[in-house]
Amino acid sequence: MITARPAAPALGLQAYHTAFRGILYRELLRFIHQRSRFFSALVRPLVWLAVFAAGFRAALGISIIEPYGTYITYEVYIAPGLVAMVLLFNAMQSSLSMVYDREMGGMRVLLMSPLPRGYLLLCKLLASALVSVPQVYAFLAVAWWFGVEPPLVGYFWLLPALLLCALLLGALGLFISTFIRQLENFAGVMNFVIFPMFFISSALYPLWKMQEAGELLYRLCQLNPFTYCVELIRFALYGKLNAQALLVVSVTALLLVLMAVLAFNPQRGMTRAGKA
Amino acid sequence: MTPDANLLPRITPLLEVEQLRFAYGAGGPRALDGVSFTLQPGQFHALLGPNGAGKSTLFGLISRLLTIQRGDIRLAGASLQRAPARVLQEVGTVFQQSTLDLDLTVEDNLRYHASLHGIGGAVCASRIETELARLELAAQRKTRVRQLNGGHRRRVEIARALLHRPRLLLLDEATSGLDKRARDAIIRHIRRLCSDRGVGVLWATHLIEEVQSRDPVTLLYQGRVLADDTALQICRDSRRATLVEAFETLTERRPTPVESDEGTAYSTEALST
Repeated sequence: MITARPAAPALGLQAYHTAFRGILYRELLRFIHQRSRFFSALVRPLVWLAVFAAGFRAALGISIIEPYGTYITYEVYIAPGLVAMVLLFNAMQSSLSMVYDREMGGMRVLLMSPLPRGYLLLCKLLASALVSVPQVYAFLAVAWWFGVEPPLVGYFWLLPALLLCALLLGALGLFISTFIRQLENFAGVMNFVIFPMFFISSALYPLWKMQEAGELLYRLCQLNPFTYCVELIRFALYGKLNAQALLVVSVTALLLVLMAVLAFNPQRGMTRAGKA
Repeated sequence: MTPDANLLPRITPLLEVEQLRFAYGAGGPRALDGVSFTLQPGQFHALLGPNGAGKSTLFGLISRLLTIQRGDIRLAGASLQRAPARVLQEVGTVFQQSTLDLDLTVEDNLRYHASLHGIGGAVCASRIETELARLELAAQRKTRVRQLNGGHRRRVEIARALLHRPRLLLLDEATSGLDKRARDAIIRHIRRLCSDRGVGVLWATHLIEEVQSRDPVTLLYQGRVLADDTALQICRDSRRATLVEAFETLTERRPTPVESDEGTAYSTEALST
């Protein structure tokens, strides 16, 4: 005879913690398995540093600007922008993997959890942000040989700035991915996001240089949240705080996380993957 | 003396599906139209219908991947719309399309699922061990899913769906693509879960051979319930010898059975025209 089993106890705080650890562990495993991802995350900014920056060094002089206390080489100037580039590419890679999971059905495992979906998506964003941290430090370790030698305390202050910026960029990627209908469209859409975000910012040239080039370009740089990510990272790397950048990045990250969670539609994967 | 039905204690069904309606997109055709049925604890309940009948849509609704538009789903009395977390804690699902992470090992896939249900540490390790042994997968524990054959992958999905000890197990075409031997092994295991552990199973299939005469069956066709009774009773009511014939009578069509190594099925074309 079948007897009724008592209902499972309600999930407590420990369950939330376990879920976060599980999601982080999976992200780490996936990252470790994709060695080429780590390799490209390292090589991409190094090529910029070794080739692009070397070429521009002679043509471009950087006067004394905050947070640097002295004249700097172009390699030193460009390094924080390249750190932000690592975060940007990692965020887009993570969004791509979410679109892939959604299309292939893997996302269903996450969505059938009894925990709130908003919390699970936030865990995914945080896990992706944490995965980007070792990539950044690996890049900075190699960049040391190119003369990028921030104070040791900078490496410590960099960590919270990295996590905040990675959260912002990850949420942006997730938000955009909710509107991408097919996996094949992802690369095309991302090109329209990654390149303008990177080039129309203070990653490659200081803002005063942009202003010299044109007022419109300067205004666009000011509207680009990536600019504030770069500046937050730049100041943190030299043990200083850029309050304006911190405020803009924090508010934008919060808004984008909310928008990404609200825009996320679990039915999108279902309607294509398993309709019958 | 016949006992008065009103005096008997009312037993809450494990699953109650009540007047479900669902359409993909506003104004689109209804994938489900007024679907209602119940499932008791320990029952192996077959959801039978050709491709496009609405089986996967129903599973999507029960597992909350789709949002209920009309009607309700209750699990042991708890409404999915009012208490989704309580319901999802008690539901394990195996979809027709694999949802395993091919690049992770069997164990890592199971661990990931367990963590999403708040199960970690020693409890997680012990449950993984139990389920892998039960489904004869202990040797594949450290194998990446990509290297497993179809039958093993299905078993991993079933083990995963059972890790959080659900009271209801949803299996959508769980034997599709498997040879007869692998199919029989999985069905045997699922039936044992019903009898030994009291798990209620909703088994969606288009293969009539997988249904036994005493199994409760819900016949789904074009989003509507054609019949909801035991297989034997459906045959009796339609005065047909087999469920295949009963289905033909109920749909007033003559779909062509297709013989394959998976058993007798219906061609989608025949049923959809």
